[in-house]
Amino acid sequence: MTGEDDVLVAAEGVVKHFPIRQGIVFKKEIARVHAVDGVDLSVRRGETLGIVGETGSGKSTLARCLTGLHPVTAGRIFFEGTDITRLSRAGLKAFRRDVQMIFQDPYGSLNPRRRVGSIIGDPFAIHGLADGAERRRRVQELMELVGLNPEHYNRFPAEFSGGQRQRIGVARALAVRPRLVVCDEPVSALDVSIQAQVINLLRDLQTELGLTYIFIAHDLSVVRYVSDRVAVMYLGRIVESAPASGLYGRPRHPYSAALLSAASIADPDEAARAERIVLTGDVPSPIDPPSGCRFHPRCPKAQDRCTVEDPPLVPRAGDPSDHVTACHFPVEPGERLARREAGIAQVSTDPDLPEAAP
Amino acid sequence: MSYSDLQAEAVPVEPGPAASVRGRSPFRLAWARFRRDKLAVVSLVVLALMVAFAAMAPLWASWTGHPYDATFPKTALDVDGQPVGPSRHFWLGADQLGRDVLVRAAYGARISLIVGVVASVLASLLGVAVGTLAGFVGGWLDTLLARLMDLTLALPYLLVAIMLATTFQISSVFSSLTLTIIVIAFFSFAAFGRIIRGQVLSLKEKEFVEAARSLGAGNLRIMFVDVLPNLVAQVTVLTSLLIPTSIVFEATLSFLGVGVRLPMPSWGSMLGEGSDVFQTAWWLLAVPAILLLLTTLSFNLLGDGIRDALDPRSERLIGKR
Repeated sequence: MTGEDDVLVAAEGVVKHFPIRQGIVFKKEIARVHAVDGVDLSVRRGETLGIVGETGSGKSTLARCLTGLHPVTAGRIFFEGTDITRLSRAGLKAFRRDVQMIFQDPYGSLNPRRRVGSIIGDPFAIHGLADGAERRRRVQELMELVGLNPEHYNRFPAEFSGGQRQRIGVARALAVRPRLVVCDEPVSALDVSIQAQVINLLRDLQTELGLTYIFIAHDLSVVRYVSDRVAVMYLGRIVESAPASGLYGRPRHPYSAALLSAASIADPDEAARAERIVLTGDVPSPIDPPSGCRFHPRCPKAQDRCTVEDPPLVPRAGDPSDHVTACHFPVEPGERLARREAGIAQVSTDPDLPEAAP
Repeated sequence: MSYSDLQAEAVPVEPGPAASVRGRSPFRLAWARFRRDKLAVVSLVVLALMVAFAAMAPLWASWTGHPYDATFPKTALDVDGQPVGPSRHFWLGADQLGRDVLVRAAYGARISLIVGVVASVLASLLGVAVGTLAGFVGGWLDTLLARLMDLTLALPYLLVAIMLATTFQISSVFSSLTLTIIVIAFFSFAAFGRIIRGQVLSLKEKEFVEAARSLGAGNLRIMFVDVLPNLVAQVTVLTSLLIPTSIVFEATLSFLGVGVRLPMPSWGSMLGEGSDVFQTAWWLLAVPAILLLLTTLSFNLLGDGIRDALDPRSERLIGKR
């Protein structure tokens, strides 16, 4: 493994709970949503960490904790060695120059009442970096950098397409020369053809500017394409983390295996051979997560031990040290988890015709 | 035609200069939509005429030679002491004291327009301030302000307004006009504030606010740069729709004798006086009633027009055409 000083961001036991309150005057906490529940991770300089997981697995909340948008309930987050969870106001503002975010919704993340030039110029105004003609010049440089026409400086977001709007979001995030960019499902709201353009833009910018990315998505093929390492989240925990090739080639956690088996495969012959693991039941409520391993109610391999003992996130037998899995009974290579082969799981919708009498 | 001619013709038309670069602002788009709304444009014209009519009040008085509070028993009342109807000297007739209805109606228009606009603007300023504060800051302040607004809405406003107006008129701390404006603004701001609060609550959760926060923007900047500009359309529509309500409110108070004090004419007090004698002198009721109807109707149609023009959803309907 690489040395400590290569690590740009490290999270230690990050917990984020959202209280659910009830009552008119004295708001009593009646429950809490365990959005993120004890996450450790580290991101090295210049790499891309992909985070995948279903809706509600806590990916976005984790991203917002890492950028300092949500104060954490517990745990520590180190950026360049400083703990950002206990920064002062001024310290936080300085930290926000180093960490930027690209949002999922290219429509919601741009203020519809403001001109593009002033949206992209916002970081310069907020941090007092450039004014007037200088700001305009730098904004137009940024627009060019992300492939927008600098002459559209005075247009409104409504006059751009979804892909162009996402480019505006990218330009705004890059304005302050951040070191870490957290992309929260940056392409999931875009057409597939546009997705490739935006992803390639992000990759080009990474090599050009030496950026570090945390890339959140639920599209596994997108994450595989951009990520050096991938972490799989389930119900507020990281269940498996490994280099992209290791995780995609040899998933150890049953949940990762199920997730990967659900991804579509372009080659129809390959797809026919592929095993499809169909998980039963719904994701349990994060208000009252299951005991022990959180995946046990849906896991095809679950045993008694899983219901009581929370498995640690460690390298399992036969894995390299950077491939960690939180599972007592990891999936062995060649093991089949599915009860049925792919294709058979699909029930025919043709009406049942009575068989011809012999 | 030679080949070179054809070639010359095939040269594509140069795209328009600068025109394509300058963005069309939401308000310019709204104005373009507004101009297509005939009813709203007509209302705007009617209101412009009404403003002119009110502004010209002293001119009417000097042209006719009839100040608004002067009585003309010899020319305005007939031998039986009944007011004369519309005639050469009194274009819109006279009232039972022998005053010129036209001149009084013009002065009344001033009161109605001033009270309507000033009270509505005051109510919207108060409503925006309270609503934004409650929605943006949240917590105990939100609870306090929201309950305050609920309380204001729960008051039987006419009774309280009459009580307030009579109490303060006796001690005459404020002029009756100021007092009327304050009373109307006070009873209108709560409904306004509640709508704004709801809007701010939903705006606060928008991703662009989160984006601004992640850029390091402070609360004040987010409030003034990201939240308030998005309320402009709502506030404009609500204020323009509040004006006719305020005008009717003022007319109601004056009709009951607790609004703008006599002898300063107001459409409300003119209606009050006219209701006693309308069987013999219909113009005393008809003139202020028609003016009131025309003004409130125009303001309502104008407000609807502004709403249609500013509402982004209506854009799609027009685009589909």
